Amino acid sequence: MVNKENKQAESSSKLLDWIDQRFPYTETMKQHITEYYASKNFNIWYVFGVLAMVVLVIQLFTGIFLTMNYKPSAADAFSSVEYIMRDVEWGWLIRYMHSTGASFFFIVVYLHMFRAMLYGSYKKPRELIWIIGMLIFIVLMAEAFAGYLLPWGQMSYWGAQVIISIFGAIPFIGEALVEIIRGDYSISDITLNRFFALHVIALPLALVALIFVHIVALHEVGSNNPDGIEIKEHKDHNGIPIDGVAFHPYHTSKDLVAIIIFLMIFSFVVFFAPDMGGYFLEYANFEKANPTATPEHIVPVWYFTPFYALLRAVPDKLGGAIAMGLAVILPLFLPWLDRAKVKSIRYRGWIYKTALTSFVISFVSLGVLGVLPAEGIYISLARFFGFIYFAFFILMPYYSKIDKTKPVPNRVT
Amino acid sequence: MTEKVDQSKRHFLTIATAVTGSAGIAFAAVPFLSSLKPSARARALGAPVEVPLGSLEPGEMVRVVWRGKLVYVLRRTEEMLQRLSGVTEFLRDPDSADTELQPIYASNEHRSVDPEFLVVEGSCTHLGCAPIPQFEVTPSTDWFGGFFCPCHGSKFDLSGRVYKGVPAPTNLKVPPYSFTQTNVITIGIDSGNA
Repeated sequence: MVNKENKQAESSSKLLDWIDQRFPYTETMKQHITEYYASKNFNIWYVFGVLAMVVLVIQLFTGIFLTMNYKPSAADAFSSVEYIMRDVEWGWLIRYMHSTGASFFFIVVYLHMFRAMLYGSYKKPRELIWIIGMLIFIVLMAEAFAGYLLPWGQMSYWGAQVIISIFGAIPFIGEALVEIIRGDYSISDITLNRFFALHVIALPLALVALIFVHIVALHEVGSNNPDGIEIKEHKDHNGIPIDGVAFHPYHTSKDLVAIIIFLMIFSFVVFFAPDMGGYFLEYANFEKANPTATPEHIVPVWYFTPFYALLRAVPDKLGGAIAMGLAVILPLFLPWLDRAKVKSIRYRGWIYKTALTSFVISFVSLGVLGVLPAEGIYISLARFFGFIYFAFFILMPYYSKIDKTKPVPNRVT
Repeated sequence: MTEKVDQSKRHFLTIATAVTGSAGIAFAAVPFLSSLKPSARARALGAPVEVPLGSLEPGEMVRVVWRGKLVYVLRRTEEMLQRLSGVTEFLRDPDSADTELQPIYASNEHRSVDPEFLVVEGSCTHLGCAPIPQFEVTPSTDWFGGFFCPCHGSKFDLSGRVYKGVPAPTNLKVPPYSFTQTNVITIGIDSGNA
């Protein structure tokens, strides 16, 4: 028995040797999985990266199956989605997983980004990880926007009409640019066809490539932690960070719990509230696109509403477009806007804590206002919260510097 | 920290997690695999097809499509039926011994419910080309007319039975069908079940 086991182990290590001489299998596994050391004091904020990967897999997988039955043409798109919902076996489940997955992608990514702001994960030496992450976020927005046109419902059509028109605000080249994006004089079959190409191949490829680079960069410098301490500064005699534990099996088993809880919540929404009261799937979109009638109340899906509220808050076409674009781009510069000497919120003073809290309140409020009609008090409120949103970034070099910080311990707590 | 690792507990938990996870993945795979099957629309389009026989003259053949498959309906003349017994020595399976190829009610010399009407799939059993009807030929030593496949030269007699020495391995398939009304054949519904 022992002999047999030995023989098995021997032959499997022979195979491994054969592979390792041709492909860095063992080396890669060690570097990224079994000997990648991340801090032992991770908290719940640290599961959203892995959850984003889970949602990505769900989206890619369900997307492939949807593509098998979807028809990207103005004449057939709407009915092919109905066909998926009614005639394809389990098609309704696959589509609801995909539409719910889109919303969950943004929930998870917003929380993932907030984690970075809480613990200063964008600060030196992780600036590039943050920048790549922001690019992922921008590609993800483009991906979601392109995907939203595909069902060819009323909201698909008019939402695309509004968002694409924003580019028309750019001086001189605006109108020409809009025509190139649409490929036609209006949103048409041609636009739908190219958005399909972007949604199913171009943008997902970019997304996967960026995520790969995001992780490579992360594993080069190592993960941050809730204390904002570099664990690599304290290593044992084997060169292993004293405060680190191996990604596998320690962090993976913790992540598994998070994944299971996430899938439970995800399944609950898919099975019991796939339209989420009109927020995940807008009711106006259950009607086929009609270029002659705009729905009475036109709003983008919830994950775009904070930026949409800013667009509407500015009483000028170009100004609104600039405000919206700036709101998306500004976080990209966080690594250099933030002048504080400490990373984590735990050791920052009251000024940054107040600033971050106001930022979160204004971001959420803008999201709510983006859903409400743009009239009366709502416009004033959107301007007020928009002001806080921009002040958070623009004044950061000043207030983050004068903020009184607490001493950071040597080792994680 | 010096506590001993409970290996058997660890082993049990690993196995339990793996088994539960695999079960979950297996369940999750069901909808995705099922979605690859013919959809409700595809099944509806695969519905039985009715073929009226009233206008079909003796010796005449019509082509119909059932489930995307080409089906030949041939009304044979007395003379054609007589030819059937004369060619048996040249055929590979004259008695339709391969029961997979025709419903039980078509397992006879004329391979049909009514000897007069032949119903066969117009798909050569070699590589799926549509055999060409060649009913009237100058009788030679080994070809007495029937269906000739232009792709690789397979020959079938007037009952769709395959000749010896051709690439096609078996007789033409007979789809399920029945006489649902006088002079109407419905392809896709078995005789006796109508």
